[in-house]
Amino acid sequence: MRSATRTDDAVAAQERKGENLPRVLMVDDEVSVRRFLRAALPGSEFTLFEAENGHAALAAAAAVRPDIILQDLGLPDLDGVEVIKRIREWSQVPIIVLSVRDSDDDKVGALDAGADDYLIKPFSIAELQARIRVSLRRSLQQAPEPVYRCDDLEVDLPLRRVRLAGNEVLLTPTEYELLRLLVTHAGRVLTHSQILKQIWGAAHVEQQNVLRVTIRNLRQKIEQDPSRPYYIGTEVGVGYRLRSE
Amino acid sequence: MRDDETRPSPETLLKVAQAEEEAQSGRGKLKIFLGYAPGVGKTYAMLEAAHVRKREGRDVVAAYVESHGRSETDLLLEGLEIVAKQQIEYQGVQLPEMDIDAVLARKPQIALVDELAHTNAPGSRHEKRWQDVEELICAGIDVYSTVNIQHFESLNDVVAQITGVIVRETVPDKLLDLAVEIRLVDIPPEDLLERLREGKVYIPEKAILATEKFFKPGNLMALRELSLRRAASRVDDQMRAYMEARSITGPWPAAEKLLVCVSGSPYSEKLIRTTRRLADEMKARWHTVYIETPGLSRHARENRERVWRDLRLAESLGADVATLTSTSVAQALIQFALQNNVTKVVVGKPTKPRWREFLRQPLVDELIRLSGPIDIYVVSIDVAAEKAKPAAVTPKKPVPWGGYLKGMVLVTAITLLCQVLRALLAPTNLMMIYLLGLVLAATKLGRRPAVLTAFFSVLAFDFFFVPPYLTFAVADTEYVITFIALFTVGVVISTLVSQARERAESIREREEQTASLYYLSRDLAVASDLSGIVAATMKNIEHSIGGEVAVLMPEGERLALRAASTGLVLETKEHAVADWSFRNSSPAGRGTDTLVSSKLLYLPLQTSGDVLGVLGLRLKAESDYASPLTRRLLHAFATQMSFAIERVLLVKQAEQAQVLQARESLERALLNSISHDLRTPLVTITGALGALRDRTTVLDEPARQDLLDAAWEEAARLNRFVANLLDMTRLEAGALKLKRIPSDLQDLLGCALAAMEPQLAKTRLEIRVQPDLPLVSIDMVLMTQVLVNLIDNALKYAPRDRTIELTASTTDGRVALEVADRGPGVPQEDLARIFDKFYRVPVPEGAGGTGLGLSICKGIVEAHGGEIRAENRNGGGLKVTIELPVETTSEGEQGA
Repeated sequence: MRSATRTDDAVAAQERKGENLPRVLMVDDEVSVRRFLRAALPGSEFTLFEAENGHAALAAAAAVRPDIILQDLGLPDLDGVEVIKRIREWSQVPIIVLSVRDSDDDKVGALDAGADDYLIKPFSIAELQARIRVSLRRSLQQAPEPVYRCDDLEVDLPLRRVRLAGNEVLLTPTEYELLRLLVTHAGRVLTHSQILKQIWGAAHVEQQNVLRVTIRNLRQKIEQDPSRPYYIGTEVGVGYRLRSE
Repeated sequence: MRDDETRPSPETLLKVAQAEEEAQSGRGKLKIFLGYAPGVGKTYAMLEAAHVRKREGRDVVAAYVESHGRSETDLLLEGLEIVAKQQIEYQGVQLPEMDIDAVLARKPQIALVDELAHTNAPGSRHEKRWQDVEELICAGIDVYSTVNIQHFESLNDVVAQITGVIVRETVPDKLLDLAVEIRLVDIPPEDLLERLREGKVYIPEKAILATEKFFKPGNLMALRELSLRRAASRVDDQMRAYMEARSITGPWPAAEKLLVCVSGSPYSEKLIRTTRRLADEMKARWHTVYIETPGLSRHARENRERVWRDLRLAESLGADVATLTSTSVAQALIQFALQNNVTKVVVGKPTKPRWREFLRQPLVDELIRLSGPIDIYVVSIDVAAEKAKPAAVTPKKPVPWGGYLKGMVLVTAITLLCQVLRALLAPTNLMMIYLLGLVLAATKLGRRPAVLTAFFSVLAFDFFFVPPYLTFAVADTEYVITFIALFTVGVVISTLVSQARERAESIREREEQTASLYYLSRDLAVASDLSGIVAATMKNIEHSIGGEVAVLMPEGERLALRAASTGLVLETKEHAVADWSFRNSSPAGRGTDTLVSSKLLYLPLQTSGDVLGVLGLRLKAESDYASPLTRRLLHAFATQMSFAIERVLLVKQAEQAQVLQARESLERALLNSISHDLRTPLVTITGALGALRDRTTVLDEPARQDLLDAAWEEAARLNRFVANLLDMTRLEAGALKLKRIPSDLQDLLGCALAAMEPQLAKTRLEIRVQPDLPLVSIDMVLMTQVLVNLIDNALKYAPRDRTIELTASTTDGRVALEVADRGPGVPQEDLARIFDKFYRVPVPEGAGGTGLGLSICKGIVEAHGGEIRAENRNGGGLKVTIELPVETTSEGEQGA
């Protein structure tokens, strides 16, 4: 109840100011974590809203229509994954999970439920701000950029052309499809099953080795040192992430 | 000094304390209503007392009361709860018996049990009712019971002397001692006779004849006096106990100790009873010994069964029983007496004819000569009366008719031979041929046939070869000497031979016993666990005694069959018997007094502390159950087995204690390590933060940055440490579940390096990955952790500017990952230990670790079925190699 009142006040305050800062809803039951987040996300760049349990989070998500949600998993009333699922029923707002749960099962569970990203506590502020930026860009501009550029790598989606330091790279259709999928979600984690489902179809979700080999081949073609990949990062036990900017 | 004599000894006090403790420790109390003859009104008195208790609010039930149809008694039974009797069928007759299980289940405060001396119907749990009563008392139930004086074991023979009636149903005297209260039920003999005439005394029909002999005024008066005396002596005992407990100086009797020796002769029983009475009067302890001589005279051999029974009788009368082996009875007896501080030895008057004393000194004389400070009591034995007693059952040996026949044939043959040789030899030499035959007979045919042969040899020689021929008359009287000599030689040789044979036989038996015990102890010594012990014991029993064996041991609350000979199946009933034996730690089943109808004999496996199990035995022959030889051997086996089991249990306990200790020291090390490793980073972090927070301190920008970097690094280290601890805990708890998925080793290296990115800035990496590595089924997260730990280690110990080499390769079905540095390496002798928990190589400066990293690596790699090893490199540095098996994945190249 109290949180709801506070968010109402905040909404009112923000409307009074008439500013157009991104609204961030942070959901965490730990006071110290919320305090740290308030310090880390300066009021000059973000408008902050807080919720300390799952139900308050659901109410706030509907009331303040945040641009991004920072979601803890271990909540006193609802499990964080459940909150994500319920929000996803009606909203595509980017959700970044912040949790101490570091097992890959937890990560995959949250991502497959619809979370956009996953950060393990403790994390650095820089990392968090970078992730928030990536997510905000996606949510604020509806259509993805037709051309992806990051250092030497350039992927032109309309032309289906991949260049590395200006030289065209020849990819098999599967490799290209994989790269295209990563490009459209650049900066975000794609879980193994999400990738498999989208490229090979739901029937191939268990065929991890196909994905492994394709990634290896893709890296051989676009990475300078495949042993220390720069563009395509592995989220161990979860999936892959394409570097953005 | 005087004080010492009057103060009760610690032992006495202990005994008193134990007795009191026993009285309170949940054991029931026994109250005996003692009478001197049937009809004095014991049952009546018991029921009256029961009603009084009931009115006092105690929970009283009649467990077994026999009113014999007397209306007064029946009337008194009204108002008491009666436990239904159980009917036991024996040879077509239903015999009512106390249902002991029903009483135990009902668990009253007081149970009334009539007729303590009653013998239960065959098939009951116990042979005697007093054993039932003992069990009830053990279960914490107070028991009121009735008994007549003549039923007490120690008075049995006195009563027989007085009345001429031998009472077969006896109760051990210890029950009288066990009773906390004895109520003497007494009426004058005249009144009793009056009641008898009025038909108020119940007499079983079969005993009418005995009763007439029994109910004579003289008998009754004697019995009455006996019962009054017994009750009085009991009061005396209590008084003494009271005085002892409170250290009241009194006429303490000297500490006498009596000793009586049994030989298996029919008089031993009388000797035992006499000694018991003497001991009672002197308030002395007493011993009964049986001395086995190696010669083991035929007499003793035949009476083994009787010796066994005598020893058991002595035991039930309260004697300490022992069996000794010696060549001389007298010497062994005196030696035992001296060792055990015996003051008086009781022996029977010699019964043998006087002339035999010339041949062999009587035992009494020998004892008196050797006795020294010990008194010898010589008691008379009423030979005539004792002879009337039924002798012990001695198995009759078959008469060796064949031997006699052979003897006769031998005599005939020799006579024919002599007839042939007659012309060549003098009669004196012919006699030598007879002598030869006699020796043959003595050695081969046994004693009696040999004696017969000797007799007929003399006759034949006389008849055929001594003039006048063909008559038994002897012309030359010199021949008489020849005859006597011939006969004597025959008898002596045959006696000697048969003695030697018996001796050999007895030695063989002992030898066998010793050997079988030796084999058992040898087998037990090598058995290292319970099943080994059980198997060894079973094998040895089956081999040396024969029959079938079952071993039952407790599993939780219940006794479970641990092992059994092939073909032996234990029914539920047998289990119950075994259970009883286990709970009461005494033998039960066949051949004992308890639950005799069971198919097996059960011996508890008992050590000083507790009962470890039960040995069940089905012996080959019925007679084996009663054979003292077998029983003794079985008891020895059971004891040996118990000790072996206890040994194994103790070893196990010791091992557990050791494991516990090891774990404790490990936990201590862990705690030390944790407290150190958690604090150290915190020192830096709080220090740095404190400095930054403190506004009074002015810091320039590089100093601020330095502090921040230090705090940041330490925080990261703390985080890694906590992660390590968590991993270790998961590994140790076995909670670590591998999520194996086909993975690319290059990807794995990449992940590990990505995780290490910030620390790797100044390090040169040489990465060699063999192309076309197969996918390996691993848990990526955990293996990444392994590599991170290894790289971290290499960074920690290797100088910064040197190279770290990472290699991934494959050879025949295995992949190898190598992490190599150019650091100082590890002392050769410590190489094997670096994967142990909390092992730390002496660190250069401050690059401390938890000592957990490598042991976590080892745990994870081994969980993958792989192998991790470390070696020092040529030219310095350490190389850690991980080898993992490759699982062939058929669709591996599909996406390529």
